[in-house]
Parts: sequence; structure tokens; C-alpha cells
Amino acid sequence: MAQKKIGKQTLQFSSVPAIASAASVVGPMEGQGPLGRHYDLVFEDALAGEKSWENAEQKMMQYSMEIALEKQSLLTSDLDFYLAGDLLNQIICANFTARFLNIPFLGLYGACSTMAEGLCVAGILLEGGFAERIGVSASSHHDTAERQFRFPTELGVQRPMTAQWTVTGSASCVVERINSSGVRLTHATIGKIIDMGISNAHDLGAAMAPAAMNTIKTHLEDLGRKVDDYDLIITGDLGLLGNNLLKELMKKEGYSTDKVSDCGILVYAPEQDTHSGGSGCGCSAVVLAAHLLKRLQAGTYQRVFFVGTGALLSQLSSFQGETIPCIAHGVVLESTGGGQ
Amino acid sequence: MHEEEIRQKIKQREELIAHQVLLEEQEMAKVQQELQKEHQKVLYWESRATGEEKENFTDLRREIERQQQRVAQPQQLVYQRIALKLAPKQTVVKNTIMAFLVGGAICTIGQVIKDFFLQGGLADQEAGAATSAILVFLGAFLTGIGYYDELGKVAGAGSLVPITGFANSIVSSAMEFKREGFLYGVGARLFTVAGPVLVYGTMVSILVGLIYYFLK
Repeated sequence: MAQKKIGKQTLQFSSVPAIASAASVVGPMEGQGPLGRHYDLVFEDALAGEKSWENAEQKMMQYSMEIALEKQSLLTSDLDFYLAGDLLNQIICANFTARFLNIPFLGLYGACSTMAEGLCVAGILLEGGFAERIGVSASSHHDTAERQFRFPTELGVQRPMTAQWTVTGSASCVVERINSSGVRLTHATIGKIIDMGISNAHDLGAAMAPAAMNTIKTHLEDLGRKVDDYDLIITGDLGLLGNNLLKELMKKEGYSTDKVSDCGILVYAPEQDTHSGGSGCGCSAVVLAAHLLKRLQAGTYQRVFFVGTGALLSQLSSFQGETIPCIAHGVVLESTGGGQ
Repeated sequence: MHEEEIRQKIKQREELIAHQVLLEEQEMAKVQQELQKEHQKVLYWESRATGEEKENFTDLRREIERQQQRVAQPQQLVYQRIALKLAPKQTVVKNTIMAFLVGGAICTIGQVIKDFFLQGGLADQEAGAATSAILVFLGAFLTGIGYYDELGKVAGAGSLVPITGFANSIVSSAMEFKREGFLYGVGARLFTVAGPVLVYGTMVSILVGLIYYFLK
């Protein structure tokens, strides 16, 4: 019998690790978005002075980790592990960033759920006493993702209204085993793959909504909690359509939905014409670092359930006509200030 | 740590790098950590600054990044030399002979076919075209039943350069990408291998044609 597992899929971190600091680095379009002034560094163009978009994405990931460390006057050598992932084949941005950081590294691939997956794994390592301090990063870049998963970026195509815009951005967190002032990490719910047979790679929100639903429902049942026990339940990148679908699914099961939101909706303003909102590993990561953690730190939110959602498809699998396997991992974040 | 201090350290290291000094492992780790520390600091300042000050920090950061890339080069070169020494040697003589024999054999078969057509009464140019067609078919057929790649393994350029190799490059792509559908699979990937040959072959023949036209 697993001692620290509650119910089917939820883990309890009784030593309560905490996110000590976080930082975000984004591209120009995100910088013009509603969260623009909350990001730590905004690049003036998508290349950021590098010779390829891939290099630019790698630098964003590295810089976000470095800034997060510098905020706490830490060095990379203070980290016991580095957990990171991105969307590119063989997670090359994470690999090259880990080469720079020069510390033990575990690469993650959870598509756009990578930040949540990283926090889950970090929580497990810290709770198990295997580490004191862990760095977690996730990144995505509109142009690198577009050319890998869809079409050349300059191809004149009409994107369908269900399509989402991959966020150019990266965020990193420093998670500590002993910390009294950060945002506490109390539970993690590890998701299952849910596939409802959707195969349209331009409609990932609809594909991922059932996975988010499954993780949220299992989480609430495992802990015997209600939606109202949270100030916010926020999914990673379902976008407008996926968010509506999730609310529909939740209503059917009798849950209230007024506290349900999505990072993909928050990251861009409606007039930025992204159609269904933002997506990508960077989407939930930068919203977490630039918005959610700050609100939790300030005590505006007391308890948030952060659910990273990932569509685990590849270009090959979608050309071969396979449907999209989706996953959602959730972590409970609690404020140490205010009402505690 | 202050900006001036960092600039001075950069200058000191510049000598180290310019002379390709091979550092001991411990010294190397120290220098790298120093670079990381400085990079992190400058980056943080950059994220807080605006306007001209920000640009100033960006330049400084780039300078540190350049040093980060170059400082480990001497060490890497030493290792690469060891790796190269231990790598098994290419059997150049054997490969060359096999390529000569197989390439020659393919061309001989081509000549036999052409002579056969010429004897049958075709004009020289027509016989050449018919021979090409037969050889392309043979290359494609042998690829389809899985023999051409076996031949390529021993023959190298001998089976790559003749026209049969061109047929092999297209048919093998078509077979490989059929599973991704006829549109984005076969359609999009058919010329993955042959594409460069077609693009630059066509371009060079146009160039040569132009030169020939004006010189004549």
C-alpha cells in the first residue's frame, strides 16, 4: 500500500515543498499581451539575436532558469536536479539548456503539460528526500513548433477558428524542500491518457478537455474536495473552445464552473487574433510564473489547482491517421501569506 | 559583483582563450562556473533595465556567451583527437575497387542494352533514351524487391552514381513514406533524397547551357 498516495492518482507532499522563485522570458507578441509587464524579460523579436528559432527558444529557457536563480541569489550548482522539457523533437531545448547548467538532468516530455509534470516530479523527489532544491523549466516557441508540427511559418494558410497560437516563451521555477515563504506545493495528481478519438491537429483544445476533466474529477474525489475549496482551477492550454467544452463536461457531472479558467485564454488579448487562444509548453509555464504564483504570493489566491494539459501527438502519428492521446497533470498550490 | 569587475574578468579570460590555453579539469570547472555566475548576474540586470542601459547589458551578456563557447574548445579538441585515433579506418582501397567494378558492370549492362537497340534499328539518340528507361526500371524493380540496398552496401558510389541509383533514391522514398498517406507522405517526401540532385542538376545545366550559347 502506497503510504503517500491518496485515492487513485493523488500524491500528498506532507513535507510541503515550496516554489521559492520563478521567472519568465517571452517573445514580442506575448509581451504585448495582457500579462506583458509581468514577464521578467521580453525579447524584441522571435530570433532574439540568435541565428535560428531553435537557438532562440533554447536561450529563453536558459535565461528563465538563470533569472529565477538570481532572484534568490542562487547558482546553478545549488540545484540538485534539473527537470525540463519542450515541444521539439528529442526535447533539444531542454538538452542544450541542461548542457549549460551542468547539473544532473532528467528530460521530460509531457507536451504542453510539461510544467505541471515537472512540478509533480520535483515534488516527488523532494518529498522522498532525494534533493534539497530542484530547477524546473518548460518552453515553447511559435515558429519552431509551427514548422515541426504543421507548415512552414511563411506559408499563406487560413488557420481554422479552432486553432490555437503556440506561445513563444519559457518559464522556470526553483522548488525547495525547506522553504517557509514561497508558494507551497501540497498535492499532485498524475494524469492518465484519455483519447476521445479526435484526430484534428488544429483542434487540440477539444481533444484535451476530457483529459483535464478526468484529472480534475479524480483529484476532487481522491481528496474529497469540492470545486469551491479552490480559489481557481486553471487548465494549461485548452483555449476558448476547450475551456467551454470542459465547463460543459463539468456541468454534466454536477460541478460548479465559475472558478474554472485556462492559461491559454489569459495569455493573449482577444484583439491579438489568435483564434482559440494560446497553447504550448510555454503557455501554462509563463502564466504560472508571471501571474498565478504572484497572486498566490500576495495572498489574492489561497489555493489553486494548476492542471497542465498535453496533446501527445507527433506529426508522424497525425499523418498516419492516429487519434490524439491526451494527458493532464495537476498540482495544488497554496499561499503561505494572508489567511494561513 | 559589479559591472566593472565583470568587464575586467572578461579581459583576463580573453588572453586565456586567444592563446588556446589547455586548462586542468579543476581550473576549467572554476572558469566555467565563474562565467555562469557572471552571465546570470548580467542577465538579471538586463531584465531590470530599460533603453540604452539594457542594450549595454545585452552586449556584455553576448560577450560572456562568446567566451562560454570558446573556453572549453582546447579540451574538446584533445578529446576529439583521441576519438579519431581509435575510430576504425574506412576501407578506402576495397571500397574504391568495389565501386569501380559494380559501377563498371552497370555501365556495361547499359552498353549491351544500347547495342541491342541499335542493332534492332533505332537511331543513336532513341537507343540512349530507351536504354535509360530500361535501366531506371531495373533500378526501381530491384529496389522494390529489396536487392538494390544490398548492392549499395558493397558498391557505394558504384551503384549510387549511375541512373539506377537515381531510380533507387525515388522509389525507396516512395516506399518509406506511403504509410503517411499519398498527400503528405509520398507526395511531400518523394524527392527527399533526389531533390538536391534535381534542383542543382537543373540549375547547373542551365548555367552551362548559357555559357555554351555565348561562347559558341
